[in-house]
Amino acid sequence: MADPAPIDPRLLEILVCPVTRGPLEYDRAAGELISRTAGLAYPIRDGIPIMLAEEARVLAET
Amino acid sequence: MTPIIFDRFALRRHRDRAAAHLDEVKPVLLDVALRLLDRLDDTTRSFSRALDVGGRGVVAPLLQARGIATVSTDLSPAMAACAGGVAIAADEERLPFAPASFDLIIANLSLHGVNDLPGAMIQLRQALMPDGLFLAALPALGTLAELRNALTEAESELVSGASPRVAPFPDLHDAAALLQRAGFALPVVDLENISLLYSTPFALLRDLRHAGEANATQLRSRRTPHRALFPAALARMRGADGSMRVTLRLAMLTGWAPGPGQPQPLRPGSAQTSLAEALGGPLSPQ
Repeated sequence: MADPAPIDPRLLEILVCPVTRGPLEYDRAAGELISRTAGLAYPIRDGIPIMLAEEARVLAET
Repeated sequence: MTPIIFDRFALRRHRDRAAAHLDEVKPVLLDVALRLLDRLDDTTRSFSRALDVGGRGVVAPLLQARGIATVSTDLSPAMAACAGGVAIAADEERLPFAPASFDLIIANLSLHGVNDLPGAMIQLRQALMPDGLFLAALPALGTLAELRNALTEAESELVSGASPRVAPFPDLHDAAALLQRAGFALPVVDLENISLLYSTPFALLRDLRHAGEANATQLRSRRTPHRALFPAALARMRGADGSMRVTLRLAMLTGWAPGPGQPQPLRPGSAQTSLAEALGGPLSPQ
């Protein structure tokens, strides 16, 4: 699989989780924005963060 | 609990499909965007970080031409990709922005499919820095009234009953109340009427689809409409020359995120001069 397109760095300063309004971690390798507070990983497709809860991957309990 | 008026999944599907056809409806979207952004020239403020909500490819380029860095959101990822700004797919009912992220927010014909409009506007206000500006063009009651009436009349004649085929729109004073309720300072709502003349009624329906504005009301009929419905309704809308006119009645909303230095109303009873004196005569008691 090719490297996912990187996200515009300006976005990382302003994006929060839409469900909990908590912070997001950027997982560059997976191309995901991870919300620990919501237990969701928001995908980044073609450089576009998909900040929709129904499209997010549910994180496994750790 | 917010009433569910709009089917957001349907809305997203319609916008996904419309993304490929935006060029065909660009003139109308651009006309409204230019009228809305005219209001930027009425202020001495300059802006540097804008959010374009559902701008469909016309708003972000205009903002960028003014030297404003622009982030574009849309419920549809495909539509966000053509918006022209730094793209994000986001739901207006659940915005993913930290407080005070922008000094300008533009919603050009993009908030009329939101179920929780007060909630969305509160979130937009919170995404603004103090003294940031919010501008929105919101279709108001009377928009597409010709189409709504023709469809309702034709449908009740054909099947003795009518289902919603044109979205409900807020009245003008609702728009003003919304701005106040969402906590915007110096709220202003004015009205712009845009009359569109179509050579055939079917061109109107095609444009609505191409703009992603197909019927997404929750209570819409899921059945295939009676095959005579659209011909009968559209025949009612034709003028003598076969063409038809539809109206867009747009509420243009202006509001500011509260900030220091904005004009404040005086406390009631704090006036030093009586109104009667100012008017040059004694007030007659009622």
